[in-house]
Amino acid sequence: MAQTGILKSSLAKKYAMAATGLFLCLFLAGHLAGNLQLFTAAADGGRQFNEYAKFMTTFPAVKVLSYLTYFSVLFHLVDGIVLSLQNRKARPVRYAMERASTNAGWSSRNMMLLGTIVLVFLVTHMQNFWWQMHFGSVPMQQLEDGTQIKDLYSVVAAFFHPDNGFALPAIGLYLLGQFALGFHLWHGFSSGFQSVGLRHPKFSQIIGGLGKAFSVVVPVLFSAIVVFMYITQA
Amino acid sequence: MTEMPKHSVALDAKIPEGPLADKWTHHKNSIRLVNPANKRLIDVIVVGTGLAGSSAAASLAEMGYNVKAFCFQDSPRRAHSIAAQGGINAAKNYQNDGDSVYRLFYDTIKGGDYRSREANVYRLAEVSANIIDQCVSQGVPFARDYGGLLDNRSFGGVQVSRTFYAKGQTGQQLLLGAYSALSRQISKGKVTMYNRHELMDVVTVDGKARGIIARNLVTGEVERHGAHAVVLCSGGYGNVFYLSTNAMGSNVSAAWKAHKKGAFMANPSYTQIHPTCIPVSGHYQSKLTLMSESLRNDGRIWVPKEQADVDALRNGSMRPTDIPEDRRDYYLERRYPAFGNLVPRDVASRAAKERCDAGFGVNEAGEAVFLDYASAIERYGKTEANVQGIQAPSAEKIRELGEAVVRAKYGNLFQMYEQITADNPYKTPMRIYPAVHYTMGGLWVDYNLQTTIPGLYACGEANFSDHGANRLGASALMQGLADGYFVLPYTIGDYLADDIRTGAISTDAPEFAAAEQAVRDRIAGLLGNNGKTPVDDFHRRLGRIMWNECGMSRNEKGLTQAIADIQDLRAEFEKEVCVPGRPDRFNPELDKAGRVSDLMELGELMCKDALERKESCGGHFREEYQTPEGEALRDDKGHAHVSAWAHTGVPAEATHHKEELTFENVELKTRSYK
Amino acid sequence: MDFTLKIWRQEGPQEEGRMETYPVTGITHDMSFLEMMDVLNDQLIRDGQDPVAFDHDCREGICGMCSMFINGEAHGPNRKTTTCQLHMRSFKDGETIYIEPWRAAAFPVVKDLAVDRSAFDRIIQSGGYVSVNSSGNPLDANAIPVPKDDADEAFNAATCIGCGACVATCKNASAMLFVSAKVSQFALLPQGQPERMSRVQRMVDQMDKEGFGNCTNTGACEVECPKGISLDNIARMNRDYLKSQVTGE
Repeated sequence: MAQTGILKSSLAKKYAMAATGLFLCLFLAGHLAGNLQLFTAAADGGRQFNEYAKFMTTFPAVKVLSYLTYFSVLFHLVDGIVLSLQNRKARPVRYAMERASTNAGWSSRNMMLLGTIVLVFLVTHMQNFWWQMHFGSVPMQQLEDGTQIKDLYSVVAAFFHPDNGFALPAIGLYLLGQFALGFHLWHGFSSGFQSVGLRHPKFSQIIGGLGKAFSVVVPVLFSAIVVFMYITQA
Repeated sequence: MTEMPKHSVALDAKIPEGPLADKWTHHKNSIRLVNPANKRLIDVIVVGTGLAGSSAAASLAEMGYNVKAFCFQDSPRRAHSIAAQGGINAAKNYQNDGDSVYRLFYDTIKGGDYRSREANVYRLAEVSANIIDQCVSQGVPFARDYGGLLDNRSFGGVQVSRTFYAKGQTGQQLLLGAYSALSRQISKGKVTMYNRHELMDVVTVDGKARGIIARNLVTGEVERHGAHAVVLCSGGYGNVFYLSTNAMGSNVSAAWKAHKKGAFMANPSYTQIHPTCIPVSGHYQSKLTLMSESLRNDGRIWVPKEQADVDALRNGSMRPTDIPEDRRDYYLERRYPAFGNLVPRDVASRAAKERCDAGFGVNEAGEAVFLDYASAIERYGKTEANVQGIQAPSAEKIRELGEAVVRAKYGNLFQMYEQITADNPYKTPMRIYPAVHYTMGGLWVDYNLQTTIPGLYACGEANFSDHGANRLGASALMQGLADGYFVLPYTIGDYLADDIRTGAISTDAPEFAAAEQAVRDRIAGLLGNNGKTPVDDFHRRLGRIMWNECGMSRNEKGLTQAIADIQDLRAEFEKEVCVPGRPDRFNPELDKAGRVSDLMELGELMCKDALERKESCGGHFREEYQTPEGEALRDDKGHAHVSAWAHTGVPAEATHHKEELTFENVELKTRSYK
Repeated sequence: MDFTLKIWRQEGPQEEGRMETYPVTGITHDMSFLEMMDVLNDQLIRDGQDPVAFDHDCREGICGMCSMFINGEAHGPNRKTTTCQLHMRSFKDGETIYIEPWRAAAFPVVKDLAVDRSAFDRIIQSGGYVSVNSSGNPLDANAIPVPKDDADEAFNAATCIGCGACVATCKNASAMLFVSAKVSQFALLPQGQPERMSRVQRMVDQMDKEGFGNCTNTGACEVECPKGISLDNIARMNRDYLKSQVTGE
């Protein structure tokens, strides 16, 4: 058994990066599936969306998943910083002339920058919604059977309402975040598979294609929802 | 300069008694051994980490000796064995084409033009099969057929397929195998590796080799290293010609220092000039690149018949493809109808030189011939069209199909040619010219691979033993690994058995101090010289003298003049050379200066040796000794011997010793390829 | 052809380095890049200046010794080409050419453009071999059949020349392509199986110890590798290392 063990070696860090990254891709898919309800939520006053939100915040199995997600984000973040610092140390003197674009894609060379933008977005995003849902004062919605659930939909709708003075800058940041996310995924998705060794002449094209599709579709849909919310309320 | 050797002694090669086929087994059974506990008390120095050096160092360490290995490169993996392309011969008879140890032995003796030692060559053929087993077990990825078994190719005009290969990178794969074995012993602490170290002198104490003076090329430190025996695996000296297929760093210094300390230099003038290399393109050219011999299997070699066409080619008013068939001279096919373009290397090289000297060379310098694939492309294209069932194919279609076949067979070589020359060899014939490739000569060694200095051994290209006057293709790798893996590790025990009680060799002996001081003085002398001329300038001039007078053909007048010219050059070097930089820093110019200084002395001895050998054999062609048709004329009565030279201070005044070659198992014949 | 060269000059490992500018004239298009450097050094020596130190040996693209970062790319602008096989016809007359050493903490500069790549040797020493003695009597070579495809793929991995272009070009100075090529060669062959798991562990451990950076799968190494070693090898090593950790062998 190697002395460095699973947590210390450079490859282990890569596995962690890949595992957390790929798990977060799953999270994105799930989150997007939930958000897609916003396209039709106005029809029932957001009831279905709110029930979904309640389910997501209370159902035990989902709770476990959500803790896994927090952990993944944190680990992905810390691991990424550690790796970046090590990588900087591995080349103390920079080249005077470097033509990196001739041999590697832009996004693959700027994962730290892209990840940082996504992180900034994530902090504001969580402050706006997640914090509100968990700890903020969310208006309650009365259901037919008399029970009350948190009306997250109204928070979202109000946030992206043209009357909200911050709506446009928020949307701008949102779109920027999605843009960065898209490029982050452009490299990250297939890179995750490569890191754990899932590469084969037969499958790597499929994985690559899937990754590219994922990295375009997911951010575009997220963005579309936000734009939709703004436009339809105008 | 003395015309006659001062005195000549018969050298004892210590060839074991008994029938040829039993000599090696019998010898192994009867020589002395060192027991495992005692091996731990014995240190061996190995200089050079090519096939011979890496394999010797690894094997000695595996057996239990403490090994110190030295190489001048930044890693043992860089040794020039890595550049060997074609393959490695072994008498495995996997192809069931009648190969045997005897046939490999016979082909090697004949290929060497009957100037090698029977017992050594037989042993080489005998252990050749073990080499393949050994390399495969190490994970060397040889080419395989679809059944998963090893593939063979034929090579160099012999009648069997016995060459094992790994695409065009056989040397690389074999060297990396030996390097792996060496690395394993380094990790165990059994080998201490000294990268970027150059041997500066061999130290002898009481007549025995007891260590070396080495220089750390990074820090400039001059170090003493003691050992019970020293093994030189320092390769060949083709760089004496400046332009050669050797690596830039390949040098003779280790062997030459040993020679100056008393080791005899054998047949130094035996040089292999490879016929298919990319020609010289300019003054600053530093290196010649080999195009594998396999290209002659399909290519046709020619020059124009008429001077007018040659002139038109040179001034660019005509392209080679414009010259019609009836104005082309396929001179190899004309002179050697039986073998055509597949004559041995020495014959093909001389024939190219003959045409170019007659004024038919096809590049600006007049030193190139065409290697043409047009007819092969057409032939393969037609066959392929038949195979694919294409009726009445157009000339264009035939070309296209033919080019695809040629690409599959020789694609990497064609690509290399295009990379270097910017000519597309599918469309226009390649320009090639012979270039210095390998040196058969080297330190004289007995059957045990021991030089005339007790405790000093030489393996691989550094010794002279197995190839006679001409080496067969794919035999250099075989010899390097045979010496390193399977011969030296056994034979050295016979000598070291006396040393089990000697204890560690102290480097405080006055001999070490004196050798170290001499090295320091030489370095200070070179750096302190107030010359103006860079080292390369001398090297180039040495190369020109050697190429013109001691190259593909030699004569008494030219050789005599060359000796005088080299002596002048050496004197000028001492006065005029400019070596910049400091002694305590990485200083490649200083390293080069030392090497060129030794190469110049060696060049002088080579000319002396070529002068003494009044016959033509293999790579050595004396114009005075040829048949009326211009073929080599051997003198088996007067020159069936190895010339071994003892240093006396001036290379041209070296003392000549002979080892008479006796042939008990083969009949001496004239090689004919007509 | 004439060029302006911007070359990294550094006296020794401890000294500070800097870029210096040198004009070089009288270059012909069929000179190799290293021959152009020879011309420069010839001029420098005749002018009483210190010539530029650089590593080179075989000058036919196989020894792996030459190692220049030319105009922002390892071994210059041509693909699958070592510096020694690069010719001046690949440059425009009058061009300014930047020449730098491989830059990595694990490859300290020896002088000017020459670097110390012994880290690669130590990685091979940590496990890049099959443990078999040469003095024994191994099996007949054909007693170990190897499927042709595996043999060919192992060969492709084994063609690595250890030049370090992968490290030089990687934005993280990672040695993964080099290490994985050797790991792959043996992982693909039956001879390599007994030590397969311990080998990958030992070699990765050594790689980490040497201070190379981490692989972020940019793929630059594969593009710049003069021998075209594939990223498939890195994936194979990732897989094997993971397996070795999970199975705990």
